[in-house]
Amino acid sequence: MAELAARGETAEVLFWVGCAGSFDERAKKVTKAVAKLLNQAGVSFAVLGAEESCTGDPARRAGNEFLFQMQALQNIEILNGYSVQKIVAACPHCFNTLKNEYPQLGGTYEVFHHSQFIEQLLRDGRLRVEGGSFKGKRIVFHDPCYLGRANGEYEAPRNLLAQLDAEIHEMKRSKKNGLCCGAGGAQIFKEPEAGNAEIHHVRAEEALATGADIIAVGCPFCKLMLTDGVTHHGKEGQVQVLDIAEAIATANDL
Amino acid sequence: MISSLVFVALLAAGITGFTLQVRRLRRGLALARPAGRHDRQSERWSTMTRVALGQGKMGPRPLAAAMHLIVYVGFVLINIEVLEIILDGILGTHRLFRAPLGGLYDGLMNFFEVLGFLVIVACVVFLVRRLRLGPKRLNHPDLTGWPQKDAVNILVIEIVLMSALLLMNAAEYQQLATGSQLAPWLISGLMLPLFGGWSASALSAFATSMWWLHFVGILAFLNYLPRSKHFHIILAFPNVWYSKLTPRGQIPAMESVTTEIKSMLDPSFVPDPNAVPPARFGAKDVHDLHFANLLNAYSCTECGRCTSECPANQTGKKLSPRRIMMATRDRVEEVLTGGQGADTRSLLDDWISREELWACTTCNACVEACPLNIDPMDIILQMRQYLVMEESAAPSTVNVAMGNIENNAAPWAYPQADRGNWIQQ
Repeated sequence: MAELAARGETAEVLFWVGCAGSFDERAKKVTKAVAKLLNQAGVSFAVLGAEESCTGDPARRAGNEFLFQMQALQNIEILNGYSVQKIVAACPHCFNTLKNEYPQLGGTYEVFHHSQFIEQLLRDGRLRVEGGSFKGKRIVFHDPCYLGRANGEYEAPRNLLAQLDAEIHEMKRSKKNGLCCGAGGAQIFKEPEAGNAEIHHVRAEEALATGADIIAVGCPFCKLMLTDGVTHHGKEGQVQVLDIAEAIATANDL
Repeated sequence: MISSLVFVALLAAGITGFTLQVRRLRRGLALARPAGRHDRQSERWSTMTRVALGQGKMGPRPLAAAMHLIVYVGFVLINIEVLEIILDGILGTHRLFRAPLGGLYDGLMNFFEVLGFLVIVACVVFLVRRLRLGPKRLNHPDLTGWPQKDAVNILVIEIVLMSALLLMNAAEYQQLATGSQLAPWLISGLMLPLFGGWSASALSAFATSMWWLHFVGILAFLNYLPRSKHFHIILAFPNVWYSKLTPRGQIPAMESVTTEIKSMLDPSFVPDPNAVPPARFGAKDVHDLHFANLLNAYSCTECGRCTSECPANQTGKKLSPRRIMMATRDRVEEVLTGGQGADTRSLLDDWISREELWACTTCNACVEACPLNIDPMDIILQMRQYLVMEESAAPSTVNVAMGNIENNAAPWAYPQADRGNWIQQ
């Protein structure tokens, strides 16, 4: 973004990568898939790179309003400084915070989850999905809480998966009733409280019960949790956990 | 004449008792800080119409929804009859509306009787389900003791009230109308064999006592309500009116914190001189919560849909969103009752443990599940704010993540400068 600005250019959209997308190997694949799809569709996009900073979501949900606002106000200063209008985030937590929580602090943008943005690219005819490579596969989608229940978006990811020429299945609990993967509310950064099961093991079991070959997700944290869950059930060689963007990029041979 | 006096005295006592209890409840709700939810009024009315009046969020469990609808409609409509009971009681008349309404009266009574019968059936099914079949949410440690008794009391009272009406009608018909041209009403007509061989005076005494039982029962129920989870039949409406209308994923910003940070980041920033600093960040006790939180707590009918959807509870953690609401209400009651506990104890630790608060994934499943838009997550988050901002008492792993955010702008310990490295990889 800084380079574009130095050249006096602007981008159509800012791609908000997020911490997992920047640093975690499994989530970085999603980041790259999104970038490749944006390139394929001819979208001019920018990233903040070293200027990007945590949105503050985990701090706020852990109760640290001070740290959240420190992050938010600094991010807003940078975003407003570049006159950013449109943001696409590959993480529902970043998406939710940018979309719903930054406006209260003076940062108002048009914010999309990557499934919404890619769906829009398809609708505008800027991107096509070649479904062939997923023919005959069974795919089940796990709703991220912060895309689904928190923001009411259940259809965009499903509409994208529907393009893949695969069999789409639903878990018994999906959409509004979908079970959390166990990562939200800063849980992923802490040890779980004492109980008799791990949430991500339970959710992975529900997904595996559909007989799916692929568990599709729309959140890097869901991806980490469910990948671990699938490994826990000894299915790591047989069942893949893929972000929707990875699936579409694979279908398009990117 | 004497019966009219007794009637009026009982009625006055019942209404006074109820009024006093409602006043007490208002004192409880007044402990909270304002919720600031008087905006978007037309949306509030339409939400109330859809969710409370229209039972709009009962859908996911259709059988329970259908039976609940019967009891709800039965309660509202059959209580129209109370108008006649009150007028009869005061004036010393008997079935005052019968003559002016004519055939319509029989139609109405038939309708009420069928509805009353359905209410009895639904309540019996509810009782059997709760005590014998026990879906996990109704047979849950949250309900041990008084809450389970409360639920049974409510169902039994409703069965008694409806039965009294039907028995009264049957005895009265048997006494006055046997052999006449009048057709018996639909349900009480089926009960006539119960009274075969009774003398006229026995029938009359029985019908009168059923009339009084119904009337006194209604007054007793009215006074029982404010002490019971069943007060949801009234509070559901204001509770839904005060629903959170801002996006579900949005935690409201603390203005005092914004002021603080802006003063730090921007030397030219002038804070509002009239702003009152908060007494406390987050919530340690019910006084720190907002009005809608406490209204939520009193509106909760302990159905447990929230807890049955909660990922933490499903995996055996201590957290139960329903218990968060019950504990909040019980703590308000403790404060209202006064005594030593009111000052020395608090919602945090004495009623809700830290372990419960930290088990929440903020997934919103409890909020989605609640037929009354109750929001246990809001209370959990405010209590976490107290723990972190007042006591710095987050779990150590969370402190590490927050330290990382402060130092390197990500919850993980990777340098911010490396954020763009994926581009080259």
